[in-house]
Amino acid sequence: MPVTEAPRHAPSRAVIRKTRLFAVISVLSNVAGNSALTHGLQQLGAIGNTPLDLIAALFHPWVALGVTMLIVWTFAHMALLSWADLSYVMPVTAIGYVVTAFAGRFSLGETVSPMRWAGIVLITLGVTLVGRTPPASAPKGRPVE
Amino acid sequence: MKWLLVSLCVTSTVVGDVFRSLGMRHHGEIHDFRPGAIGGALSAIARNWMVILSTCAMAVSFFSFMKLVSIAPMSFAVPVSAVTFIPETLLARFLLKEAVDTQRWLGIGLILVGVVFISQ
Repeated sequence: MPVTEAPRHAPSRAVIRKTRLFAVISVLSNVAGNSALTHGLQQLGAIGNTPLDLIAALFHPWVALGVTMLIVWTFAHMALLSWADLSYVMPVTAIGYVVTAFAGRFSLGETVSPMRWAGIVLITLGVTLVGRTPPASAPKGRPVE
Repeated sequence: MKWLLVSLCVTSTVVGDVFRSLGMRHHGEIHDFRPGAIGGALSAIARNWMVILSTCAMAVSFFSFMKLVSIAPMSFAVPVSAVTFIPETLLARFLLKEAVDTQRWLGIGLILVGVVFISQ
């Protein structure tokens, strides 16, 4: 397994490019997964408390689609964390909250209240601020003592 | 029941994210995306105990969030799940030794307030 040390400061263009690509995949698969999951759960109504009830819910088509998208998210998120900081990945992928709000606005025709617009602006500003920091600060390829 | 699910969801998400970050850092940067290399990386990751622990924690997080959204409105579940940002950033700084500078803290603060606003 090739193990390399991530740059501590100025990240290369290749690292920035792949960080952006994987952040986009991670956000889109997470939003699509959660939306499909929520849609499926709303169709199912209240589910029981036992593990069997939860597993049975996984066979609903929308729930199954949601879970598949969340598996894609898991792999993209893991790849991202193999070179980027958790304190970078976690806030940058928070742009998903904005994508969800716009998805609701355009697909469900929901109105966006002034408070929600303010939230969208704040999240976008926050993500932009974190996104301008170098993705990797901690040494990669060796365990933390 | 609601608050039990919230604490279960928040704790398992934090444990899952921190151990996923530790496990993937231990594995090293993935930079070869050819199918054979991805297969090799997956088999190495599948034997990494930190990634296994993280996946178990993520499963707990997933099922508790699934249960939470079935009994509570999204306007409650979403901002509450964003609470994980605070412990995760602190753990990233002090356990993972990441350089969490003022710019990152400010960005995370804005996002947290934004998530509360957007959920109303």
